[in-house]
Amino acid sequence: MTHTPLPITESPLSFASRLARWWRGGDAQPAKRVQFDRPLTPWVFLLPQLAVVVIFFYWPSVQAVTSSFYIEDPFGFGSTFVGLENYTEVLSNNEYRSTAGFTLFFGIVVTALSLGFGLLLAVKADKVIRGASAYKTVLISVYAIAPPVAALIGMMLFDMHIGPFTELAALFGYDLKVGVNYRDTVFALITIAVWKQIPYNFIFFLSGLQSVPVSVREAALIDARSGWRRFVDVTLPLLAPTAFFLLIINVTYALFDTFGIIDVIVKDKPANNPITLVYKVYLDGFKGNDIGSSSAQSVILMVLVTVLTVVQFRYLERRVHYG
Amino acid sequence: MAQITLKGVGKTYAGGVQAVSDVNLDVIDREFVVLVGPSGCGKSTLLRMVAGLEEISQGEIAIGPRVVNRLEPAERDIAMVFQNYALYPHMSVRENMAYGLKNRKTPKSEIEARVAQAARMLELGPYLDRKPRALSGGQRQRVAMGRAIVRQPAAFLFDEPLSNLDAKLRVSMRGEIRKLQRRLGTTSLYVTHDQLEAMTLADRLVVLNGGQIEQVGSPLEVYHAPASTFVAAFIGAPAMNLLDAYIEGGRVKLEGHDMGLVALPDGPITLGIRAEDLSIGTQGLPVTLDYVEELGANRIVHCFAGGQRLALIQPPEAPLSEHMTLRARPQALHLFDTTRGARLVAPATRIPEPVA
Amino acid sequence: MQKINPLDHLILILGALFLIAPVVLAVMSSTHSAIAIHTGGLFLLPGSDGYETYHKVLTAKGGFTGNVTGARMLMNSMIMGVGFAVGKIVLSMMAAYALVYFRFRLATLFFWIIFTTLLLPLEVRIMPSYQVMSKLHLLNTYTGLIVPLLASATGTFYFRQFFKSVPDELLEAARIDAAGPFKFFIDILVPLSRTMIAAIFIIMFVYGWNQYLWPILMTTDESFFTLMRGIKAILQVWVGSQIPDYNEAFALAVLAMIPPVLVVVIFQRMFIKGLTESDK
Repeated sequence: MTHTPLPITESPLSFASRLARWWRGGDAQPAKRVQFDRPLTPWVFLLPQLAVVVIFFYWPSVQAVTSSFYIEDPFGFGSTFVGLENYTEVLSNNEYRSTAGFTLFFGIVVTALSLGFGLLLAVKADKVIRGASAYKTVLISVYAIAPPVAALIGMMLFDMHIGPFTELAALFGYDLKVGVNYRDTVFALITIAVWKQIPYNFIFFLSGLQSVPVSVREAALIDARSGWRRFVDVTLPLLAPTAFFLLIINVTYALFDTFGIIDVIVKDKPANNPITLVYKVYLDGFKGNDIGSSSAQSVILMVLVTVLTVVQFRYLERRVHYG
Repeated sequence: MAQITLKGVGKTYAGGVQAVSDVNLDVIDREFVVLVGPSGCGKSTLLRMVAGLEEISQGEIAIGPRVVNRLEPAERDIAMVFQNYALYPHMSVRENMAYGLKNRKTPKSEIEARVAQAARMLELGPYLDRKPRALSGGQRQRVAMGRAIVRQPAAFLFDEPLSNLDAKLRVSMRGEIRKLQRRLGTTSLYVTHDQLEAMTLADRLVVLNGGQIEQVGSPLEVYHAPASTFVAAFIGAPAMNLLDAYIEGGRVKLEGHDMGLVALPDGPITLGIRAEDLSIGTQGLPVTLDYVEELGANRIVHCFAGGQRLALIQPPEAPLSEHMTLRARPQALHLFDTTRGARLVAPATRIPEPVA
Repeated sequence: MQKINPLDHLILILGALFLIAPVVLAVMSSTHSAIAIHTGGLFLLPGSDGYETYHKVLTAKGGFTGNVTGARMLMNSMIMGVGFAVGKIVLSMMAAYALVYFRFRLATLFFWIIFTTLLLPLEVRIMPSYQVMSKLHLLNTYTGLIVPLLASATGTFYFRQFFKSVPDELLEAARIDAAGPFKFFIDILVPLSRTMIAAIFIIMFVYGWNQYLWPILMTTDESFFTLMRGIKAILQVWVGSQIPDYNEAFALAVLAMIPPVLVVVIFQRMFIKGLTESDK
């Protein structure tokens, strides 16, 4: 019962003593009230992870930032420092802007649709007692499918010769040309991306719904007659933490994890085809060999993701109170 | 077997919070000492300092002849029983008990013998190969005890070992712990917030408040001569009535009524009277009845004396009325300093000897 | 109890159909011949050419890529999935142990060094990562395929959360029982984390198996191709062919999805628990 009490009044510390405490690792609340106090042992455990992180995370990240300030000679004969030129060039480039526009649109639509469908199915499945586990199994197996595999199957469904979707559209007199017509390709990309992501949202929403205490459900049953009111007034607020968490995850998914889907559908032929910012980093870097520009784009994305994650962390802290 | 000596022991946390200050205590060999107090009084911190799980900020702790301030918990020759038992969930009962001995390179045959003996003592024989999750709360508690016993340490440290059990089991385990400690004769330091548990177990009680010792003494000493209003209110149920009174011309006045003679200068005091020391009489302190709590064997009668609440214990057949007058023997009056809370005069009553 | 109306059932059934139909179509069509698919579209019922197609995809050199067999890609994917999961568990358990159970200099700094990696997915630093790999001569190696992916701290984060939830008293009891840091880790903490390890293994296996971008960058030597890389190769061959090998493409897709789907379905309970509880 006696936990280390939090310091109630913190005496004002000088910067130096604060720094000294931080150096000792003593400024955060310790994770355990008793810890091993050995100077060297933790290094043994920490070193492998640190090595991997430094070599494969920090080194490339720093490299991305530095090369974003240089223009590299395409034949590999050195590079020239150009300051912010890569950035200004990227940001004023029309193609980049339209890619950014599409990425935003794609992110919003995919997030909204997959969250919406995930929630709808979870709410319905939560009510069903029999068959719920079979249902879960179906959805979770879709979750395990890799994005490029999903895209390959999707590509067949939208194939101009054999695709059932194309045939379906033809019944309504529409000539669906995925990979040729920009709008049709966007439609296919969104459908596949949403299809792949619904199960993930479903799993989280369902587990969120099932963790609503029975007593709360029963209280709501007594207090509100209409099912819709109960849902809006009781269930939805309790799901809010889950929903916010999923929102961030879905945005990240739409921005990054859809790489495989886009690569399969667009097949390295970006001309007149929709691509996202991440795909453009890849294209400019590997196909276009424009390392400076690709790096600048990487850094812009890094800033974007950092902002997203900071929002997420701040929220996760707050989430404790939902409790 | 050993004695435990605490000299000027204190604990200051990083933020400057003083959890324990200047504790001096001698636990003699084979003695059962209970640290008791409300939550946050520093009793667990003190115990954990003895165990080596908290650093000692000030002072010195010795177990037997050795000062243990700088020793690891494993080197202090103590065993500890935790509130949540802290059994290793993936090990069987046998492995749980043997783990500490194994790490100390005790010979296999010796480990087996000791585990078998402890199991016999605690009636755990049939459960030796079970995992803790297959045991009831009481059985887990026994395993935790067994883990301590097999070590044959210099001292047992108990950190609220019974508070996770239901009321009935708690009472029976209490008795078992007491008997076991007598039988093994191992010096024990026991922490609890339950004053009844403290009273029934202890050779000596240490009442702690705000990180400091309020009183050390046998259960009956502490009960009959509480050293402060804090101890008076904490030990005993129902709590001792503590009333605002004053002294006038060598007499104690409560709500204007004369309660008896004392040799103290005039001024306000706090008057303490235990509920069982009050009786209903034909004359005395006038009170009005508030409500009655029935306990079966007796009842607790809550009254108002003027604006102050007080309680008395009455047999169930005693007649009650809206207005009554109460009396107390002069020896049953406890006088405390109103501002400091300290006891003012030595007890007049003879404290009964404990029955061995 | 709440009643369930027919509309709810309809929504559920439609949802399930929408999600599962493409998978069924892929599996069924993979058992028909390319020509049948080319003329008749996709199939909802099994055909008779399944054995032949899968046999060819698994054993025939060439196929879409030139000289790598499906079996080889299957093996590479397995190495990738298992290697990644095991590596992740070992590294992150050790690091989380150091961060949770030790008081030491710079602990806070290392906490941030490790957890900053959660900020940036691999995708935003592919180009420089590729350059680093090439400098280290790790292109076309299993090390190069697996180890860089271990740089993200997700596993460390999960284990840290888990370790923090382990009762403090267990360590205290162990210290009184004379267990040092290594003993406590091996004797108590690792066995205690079994369920957690299994859950993370499943999540990470699926993640590793499904990696696409990194294998594309890291492997030009076909003997290191994973199934995901194979899918990319199909598409590259496809361009310009008269009747694409739909059946073989489907077969490869089915091979690529069976292991992760099986693992996830079999260990469903554990998987969901690991997924939804470790985010907190």
